[in-house]
Amino acid sequence: MNGQESFSIMRNSKTTSAIEKTAQGIFTLCAFIAILAVASITVYMVINGTPALFHVGIKEIVFGTVWKPASAEPSFGILYVILTSIIGTALAVLLGVPVGVLTAVFLSEVAPKKLAAIVKPAVELLAGIPSVIYGLLGLMILNPLMYKLELAIFKDSETHQFTGGANLLSAVLVLAIMILPTVINISESAIRAVPAQLKSASLALGASHIQTIFQVIVPAAKSGIITAIVLGVGRAIGEAMAITLVSGSSVNMPLPFNSVRFLTTAIVSEMGYAAGTHRQVLFTIGLVLFVFIMIINISLSKLLKKGDKER
Amino acid sequence: MNSIMNGKTRISDIVIRALIYVSAFISVLLLVGMLAYVFVKGIGSVNWTFLTTVTSTLNKTVGIAGNIVNTLYIIIITLLIATPVGIGSAIYLNEYAKPGKLVRIIEFTTETLSGIPSIIFGLFGMVFFGTLFGLGYSILTGSLTLTLMILPLITRNTQEALKTVPDSYRSGALGMGATKWYMIRTILLPSAMPGIITGIILAIGRIVGESAALLFTAGSGYLLPKSGMGILKKIFESGGTLTIQLYLSMAKAEYSTAFGIAAVLLIIVLFINWLTKFLTKKFDVSKRD
Repeated sequence: MNGQESFSIMRNSKTTSAIEKTAQGIFTLCAFIAILAVASITVYMVINGTPALFHVGIKEIVFGTVWKPASAEPSFGILYVILTSIIGTALAVLLGVPVGVLTAVFLSEVAPKKLAAIVKPAVELLAGIPSVIYGLLGLMILNPLMYKLELAIFKDSETHQFTGGANLLSAVLVLAIMILPTVINISESAIRAVPAQLKSASLALGASHIQTIFQVIVPAAKSGIITAIVLGVGRAIGEAMAITLVSGSSVNMPLPFNSVRFLTTAIVSEMGYAAGTHRQVLFTIGLVLFVFIMIINISLSKLLKKGDKER
Repeated sequence: MNSIMNGKTRISDIVIRALIYVSAFISVLLLVGMLAYVFVKGIGSVNWTFLTTVTSTLNKTVGIAGNIVNTLYIIIITLLIATPVGIGSAIYLNEYAKPGKLVRIIEFTTETLSGIPSIIFGLFGMVFFGTLFGLGYSILTGSLTLTLMILPLITRNTQEALKTVPDSYRSGALGMGATKWYMIRTILLPSAMPGIITGIILAIGRIVGESAALLFTAGSGYLLPKSGMGILKKIFESGGTLTIQLYLSMAKAEYSTAFGIAAVLLIIVLFINWLTKFLTKKFDVSKRD
């Protein structure tokens, strides 16, 4: 926004004004593509996601717990899939956020310059590593560890189905690591934006540095840190490729040592061969994920607006 | 810090301080551990044959040349579409639009686009570009899908860059009789170029690392394009990128190939990271004399 009207002696020329109009038209068109894209994604997710709900029945899909899409009498219950995504995301956030926020505190308040110069680029790089690589490492490092743990814990259990380490817990750990960069970066800038007077006032009142951080600075950066958490939730619930192989391959109740399917991994692992109603239900799963994401996006934009007003 | 409490040490302070250090240490340890593990496991698979041929069951060799070429195709086509649109959108938002409902909607949808997970883009691309447009599993389908994904990145970076161009440049140009489009073309875009380039490089990083949006759009073809018209035809054929091939190898338990590709990907990611930093530093106006 430059504020002033474009006042120009060239205005009289007809061709010039035609070019001007065309340019403005093209730019406007470009800006509308974002609206168009979101609108068509929404429409297409609804068009493709709802037929199965009428076919099979909303109750059978959303509250059904048996997922047997390929058997002679198919059953398309996705309740466990939805619960896995919710619980998996919640656990990942529970693990990732404290570490992330403390690292943000480290970078903005505690770290000597030299140490910050090592930690900061490391965090940036973590964000750039492709998700399939997280998946590969989860599969090769975490799963064997989990298998050992599983063997130790369920040594005497007769009912436990052994998963070879591909379970909810492995996926949660991968997700927790993957949301770290998001949480760290956003919380760090929120903490840095806290006015210096608050800190000086607290120190002058005799509070120690750590007390100042956790009783003055972090509460003042609250809205930014909440934004960071919401973004982390969005990232975790939408992640697919990193956890497809790590989380196991059957639909089960989301218990730590069960092999589970997330909303995302159900789509990735079955879309390749699914047909008919099975395929439609996979789109319904996509629609459920899309609804979750839109809720997160809308609350995020509300949060950001609130943060702006506070400033 | 400058506090009279400094004389006394509180045990809770020490514990919390330790926790903070441990947390920061975890991030670094994770990164170093991951890089080291991938390079140690993967560097053995990376050799000339691996990089320059395609997998052949006849010769019993494994190669990723086809996937490298596919990745390049997708980067180039995606950027060819997304860059002009993203820049145009940023120019509209920053130079033409008056603040109001429309701008809020455009900004909200741009934000939303960057929040939608890639698997949703994949589903949408599959039914929209793949089925409705009849493009099937092809490099073009994948590129069009990724265009939507990286659009917010380019728009936002261009917008930030345009905001740093001083208003006096605009009034100066307009005052001398330039038209608005002429002013944008000759003054604004060149001044904003560093920001735009940074946005493009970040987008390349995003494309290289993307997998979920490509699995059901660009498919998994691994062959090299045929020469001549084949180079153009390839756009309409299926082509798996490095990440897709990595996923497929992993699913087939071909771990040495998977680690080889992971090592190649990490080298690309490290390079892009370095390049972004280098350019940001070079173009940073505040640090220039």
